[in-house]
Amino acid sequence: MSQMTHLQRLEAESIQIIREVASECRNPVMLFSIGKDSMVMLHLARKAFYPSPLPFPILHVDTTWKFREMIAFRDQLAKDWGLDLLVHINQDGVKQGVGPISHGSAIHTDIMKTQSLKQALDLYKFDAAFGGARRDEEKSRAKERIFSFRSAQHRWDPKNQRPELWHIYNTRIHKGESMRVFPISNWTELDVWQYIYQEKIPIIELYFAKERPVVERDGALIMVDDDRLPINAGETVEKRMVRFRTLGCYPLTGGIESQATDMEGIIMEMLVSRTSERQGRVIDRDHGASMEKKKQEGYF
Amino acid sequence: MHDQSVGKAPEALIRYLKEQESKDLLRFITCGSVDDGKSTLIGRLLFDSKMIFEDQLASLEKDSRKMGTTGQDIDLALLLDGLEAEREQGITIDVAYRFFATDKRRFIVADTPGHEQYTRNMATGASTADAAIILVDARKGLLTQTRRHSYICSLLGVRHIILAVNKMDLVDYSQTVFDQIRADYEAFAKTIGYDHVSCLPLSALKGENVLHRTAALDWFNGPTLLAKLETIPVADADDTGPFRLPVQWVNRPNLDFRGFSGTIAAGRISVGDPVVVLPSAKSSRVSSIVTFDGTRESASIGEAITLTLEDEIDISRGDVICHSENRAGLSDQFEAKIVWMADEPLIPGRPYLLKSGARTVSMVVTRLKYSINVNSLEQAATKRLELNDIGVANISLDQQIAFDPYHDNHETGSFIIIDKMTNGTVGAGMIDFGLRRATNIHWQAVDVNKAARAAMKAQKPAVLWFTGLSGSGKSTIANLVEKRLHAAGRHTYMLDGDNIRHGLNKDLGFTEVDRVENIRRVAEVARLMADAGLIVLVSFISPFRSERKMARDLLPEDEFHEVFVDTPIALCEQRDPKGLYKKARMGEIKNFTGIDSPYEPPLASELTLETALSSAEECAGQVIDYLDQLSD
Repeated sequence: MSQMTHLQRLEAESIQIIREVASECRNPVMLFSIGKDSMVMLHLARKAFYPSPLPFPILHVDTTWKFREMIAFRDQLAKDWGLDLLVHINQDGVKQGVGPISHGSAIHTDIMKTQSLKQALDLYKFDAAFGGARRDEEKSRAKERIFSFRSAQHRWDPKNQRPELWHIYNTRIHKGESMRVFPISNWTELDVWQYIYQEKIPIIELYFAKERPVVERDGALIMVDDDRLPINAGETVEKRMVRFRTLGCYPLTGGIESQATDMEGIIMEMLVSRTSERQGRVIDRDHGASMEKKKQEGYF
Repeated sequence: MHDQSVGKAPEALIRYLKEQESKDLLRFITCGSVDDGKSTLIGRLLFDSKMIFEDQLASLEKDSRKMGTTGQDIDLALLLDGLEAEREQGITIDVAYRFFATDKRRFIVADTPGHEQYTRNMATGASTADAAIILVDARKGLLTQTRRHSYICSLLGVRHIILAVNKMDLVDYSQTVFDQIRADYEAFAKTIGYDHVSCLPLSALKGENVLHRTAALDWFNGPTLLAKLETIPVADADDTGPFRLPVQWVNRPNLDFRGFSGTIAAGRISVGDPVVVLPSAKSSRVSSIVTFDGTRESASIGEAITLTLEDEIDISRGDVICHSENRAGLSDQFEAKIVWMADEPLIPGRPYLLKSGARTVSMVVTRLKYSINVNSLEQAATKRLELNDIGVANISLDQQIAFDPYHDNHETGSFIIIDKMTNGTVGAGMIDFGLRRATNIHWQAVDVNKAARAAMKAQKPAVLWFTGLSGSGKSTIANLVEKRLHAAGRHTYMLDGDNIRHGLNKDLGFTEVDRVENIRRVAEVARLMADAGLIVLVSFISPFRSERKMARDLLPEDEFHEVFVDTPIALCEQRDPKGLYKKARMGEIKNFTGIDSPYEPPLASELTLETALSSAEECAGQVIDYLDQLSD
């Protein structure tokens, strides 16, 4: 009898997916968001090709509003692991001064994230882009294929997805079309944390509780990461022990109060947690099926 | 970067994490008819095993009030019916994957649709499932869908079936009702190869006998649904089968390392084991098993590894490394079961791509033996497979591949079918066995070959395939070209659509199936004539890209030349040399290309002739120039 555990099985499945893309796609790229899911995906990719280096670049779509620590961590990691790192910023958006505070979260996310991603994919002519999305995150993601076909306009058509049987993936596309590929589709948040713990994968400090300057806004704890965040009347900046369960643009990412300063603490908190991780994301709450809408428009 | 400090963790947590590490993973599907309560059941499993978070619960309560079908109670089905359209229609229209865990196991659930037109999604969910829960409404008993889904499970080789008789609360928890349904189902299950099925009574809505027992069902001695799911053996834990490694990626970081990466599809391998590589049949021994976490002495089924071999032999992606004592089959002809998944029917003779493991090759169905009626399991002769049809067919590939019968190995015995034009996944197949024909019928080797025949004629064989609308000028131009070639001492032959229809193809009509066969025969004749060393001029409307592609695929790459006679339809209609457009406009001819049947212009023809701009003579000149330039 073979003795594979569920994490070993998930790992093997992900590696097969990553190798398939490298073998069949002309010009793939791995999206890198610096978050824990990205770290797991990147770690799996290093495993997939060992002893060869990654046969594709990694791409960070920088909205210019990420936590400062994220950028430092990203650059250090690229150096330590010898990664071919591409960073893309939507310069049109920068010229127009688009930001989450001046334009609101919806416009900012659309221009600096969704449109920016499409720009980068078109610019480098990538035909496949890995993303670290998981099916347990959100209802519409639960139905997306591992190899998710996108039209030349980057649109996702949820009603017309290719059937995906066994572990055989159809990677064929016409010119201009592309695939989004999700190697950790079948992982849960707990799997991700356990794997990080077990494999000793480095992750950014923001996941661990620390005294950080925050303001309370609409029930969320927003970190004052730089002086671009206006402090409204009646708000006070205070130091609180907080950590982040997801990472994004700092004005759009709510922290949680926590005492978890190490991996064990995080896992412990997860186990007793009664709110899902996406709850900290402001963009999910606008509309009943907002993620599905965003995905159809080309958001990851 | 954060240093992961270990050692401070509380005992209980360490123990918990250890337990987590030893969990295995069971994949199952739920299927049944639309109203049997599949989504409610999975919602119940997630809800009761505390996999639903508070914020999800809050939005669920909100959604339930807005769209729910359960009155004041929370509608658990809303958790799963993720897509907006589904929520509006109140049905599940695609496969949804959900995750939960108990102390013993981690589960992946595929919630698959019950609507007949979505059978392809059910097959998708079943292809990776270790077990299937088939839901039946206690009030309704077995339905057509129940049989259909059970049959698809058996077809895809799902090993364990659990019949869940749901909504017991609506039949007063009657044991008589349950026993009758169980007897009916067991009798049916035997006919599709399931000797043992577990039958359980439950109410998903009330959560009875899902995780917890209930007094109302005290007459039932079997396990709860969850207890059953926790004890089913996981399918691929058995590593006693013959070793197979489909090579997915050749790993060459530098000149000193040449590894073969892939996921082990069966068996176990150790350093020093003798292996053979298919299709080349070259043999060697395993010199190392490499992973990121260090080299290994052995590895087994399901693991993604990299092998290096003692000898330098040529291995590419798509080859299969096997144990030398027990190797996979090798063939280019199979009998296979096919599930058709596209609106466009499968037509024998039409070329498709087949992807199996890491190999993609060209395929055609050479013979459609029969289709299977999934309700009666009766076989019926058929000329094509429509969406959601299941059939048994002989297929032929353009090269040999390594395989195992699907029954023995799901990974090396399965394939998907891809449409060459749209790139869509149009079918899925399971290999029954290789056909002996492939190894027994060899091409008759002849001493006087094509090159010799062509050399005697001092010309390069070619097929000029003229395509275009009726009245576009194909035959006129082809005729002029042939005259000029003949005058120049070339050996030619012209195949004209209308003339062929009077003889070779007079048994064929104008249905889609016949049109494919029409083109196939002409292409085969053209191929034989090119083999005889001739320059062949084919003048055929041939409106569909897929059929011209079929003709192209029959010939060597440099011998097929597509000539698109590009004439606007208005001009064709104005010329109307045979009076056909007039008849078509009056409805006397059906399926007339350009009127009520489409013409798909070539996307990349070798030559395009615009007859609106040039005379027929000028067009013929362009063809001659093109041919001259080829022989330079």
